[in-house]
Amino acid sequence: MNQTIRVFGLAALGAAIFIAIGFALPLWLLFTATKAVGFGLIALGIVALMRGGLVSFGQGLYYCVGAYASGLLASRLGVSDIFVLLLVGGFAGGLIAAAISPLIARYRGIFFAMLSMALSMVLYGVLAKVTAIGGSDGFNVPEPTFFGWAPGVESTDLALYVVAIVLAALVAAICRLYFDSGPGLVALASRENELRVEYLGASVFSVTQRNFILSGVLAGLGGALNGFALGHVDPFFSYWTTSGEVVFIAILGGYASTIAVFGAALVVELVRSFSGQYFPESWQLFLGIFLLLVIIFLPRGFGSLWARGAGRRKPAAAKERNS
Amino acid sequence: MSAVVLEVKGLMKSFGALVAAKDINVNVTADARLSLIGANGAGKTTFVNMVTGYLKPDAGQVLLDGKEITGLPPRRITRAGVCRSFQIPQLCETMTPLDNILVAMGIAGGGGSLFAPAHSTAAIHGAEEVLARFGLESYADQPVNELPGGVRKLIDIAMALASRPRVLLLDEPTSGVSSEEKFPLMDRVMAALEGEKAAVIFVEHDMDIVTRYADRVLAFYSGEIIADDAPDEVLSDPAVQKYVTGTAR
Repeated sequence: MNQTIRVFGLAALGAAIFIAIGFALPLWLLFTATKAVGFGLIALGIVALMRGGLVSFGQGLYYCVGAYASGLLASRLGVSDIFVLLLVGGFAGGLIAAAISPLIARYRGIFFAMLSMALSMVLYGVLAKVTAIGGSDGFNVPEPTFFGWAPGVESTDLALYVVAIVLAALVAAICRLYFDSGPGLVALASRENELRVEYLGASVFSVTQRNFILSGVLAGLGGALNGFALGHVDPFFSYWTTSGEVVFIAILGGYASTIAVFGAALVVELVRSFSGQYFPESWQLFLGIFLLLVIIFLPRGFGSLWARGAGRRKPAAAKERNS
Repeated sequence: MSAVVLEVKGLMKSFGALVAAKDINVNVTADARLSLIGANGAGKTTFVNMVTGYLKPDAGQVLLDGKEITGLPPRRITRAGVCRSFQIPQLCETMTPLDNILVAMGIAGGGGSLFAPAHSTAAIHGAEEVLARFGLESYADQPVNELPGGVRKLIDIAMALASRPRVLLLDEPTSGVSSEEKFPLMDRVMAALEGEKAAVIFVEHDMDIVTRYADRVLAFYSGEIIADDAPDEVLSDPAVQKYVTGTAR
């Protein structure tokens, strides 16, 4: 109980600080930060999979499903409340992940990665052909409302930013509690030694399924958020390069922290924005150099900075004994 | 004499033309300290693997407390109460011994809530108690992959014991351990098992270990049990001396 209160307290404090900062930020940065939260959510799902020893190169599928489900609900059925739309996006992503999980949870390593990517490309191909929902151009989504309040063009970015920050804080806190729980520790153990975990009485298949569905929910949430941040949804959400970028973010963030992925996503978005503006023909080069530097100097990602600090203060599990 | 906890009836297993288990029948009582001996390829590990679900027998039955567990997946056999350690310790290498034990205890306790901390004070105290029984307290917070072989063996056994087994199978607990360390290691294991209501079955090649720690011995040869009795009786059996210990004159 104490840990739950502490984690949610820290999340609330962090959210309050970032929301306060948001009021002083220019619109372009609010938009960039909101989009970064969307990507951070998908990356956090990949982190959940990485903790179980798997990397998905197809999270774009659930990202796209979340974006299309919430976007269609808003544009075709007139549902405009962002909270309902986010819930629908997350649910749709989780539902598709749950349907796919019995198949994909049987695979490991490169086979898991390739199968996940193949499935996302199947969706891309299907959506690009279905002209009723925009084909390869996709479709525009209307501006959302916030508990019935329509803030107008000027304030929508700020309102969406506030929602994104609250969502990021809530999801980071829930994932922190899950990662630190008994089942979270078993997921880590599965990454290390599946045979042993099975011989202790746990099902590695179930662990993988649970993490996979969680990653689907998070990607769906990210898709819904970014669909409304961009005001447009298209099949490129499911393209393999979208999934690859999020793996990039997850590696930058590392799996030690649930906050680091959001920081990593923001850094990537900023590097992309600035290098795209000043070096439009070679921004990928800058992104690549940046990733190389992180891999060399922080091989376990930004989150290892937190973990190192925590390690100095309280060595590993001994922290509880000394508290 | 305590009750029979594990019954093995007519167990058969072949790998192509090689018969690894031929009509194996064994009853194991709840307080047994049973050693399996035999040359390499005699069928000891095949027996352990069939009882623990790693291999599915071609025929025969394995019963735990009268309930059939034949051919179930390892995790279900473990949950039923049959746990094992491995010849090569199967550990979570980058985690600490404490975390390894916490994983084992957490799974044995039903996995725990999705949001209840794995490192709660109560859980840590429980894991520390298990480590203390094996004399491993001083290693609790070191990564497993930095620990010596004998310590790793003990952690492997401690993890199996943390699952609260009714039957504990130890696959060559002293293999890969120096001759000076073998007896201290087995002393630790047997001391840790004191008070546990678990039958212990261990595969062993060192006959000094067998005579000191087992109260019953099964000798395997070519997939068959050729002797089943007290250690002194089995080790003086001419067939065992000829095919297993190589001491026949």
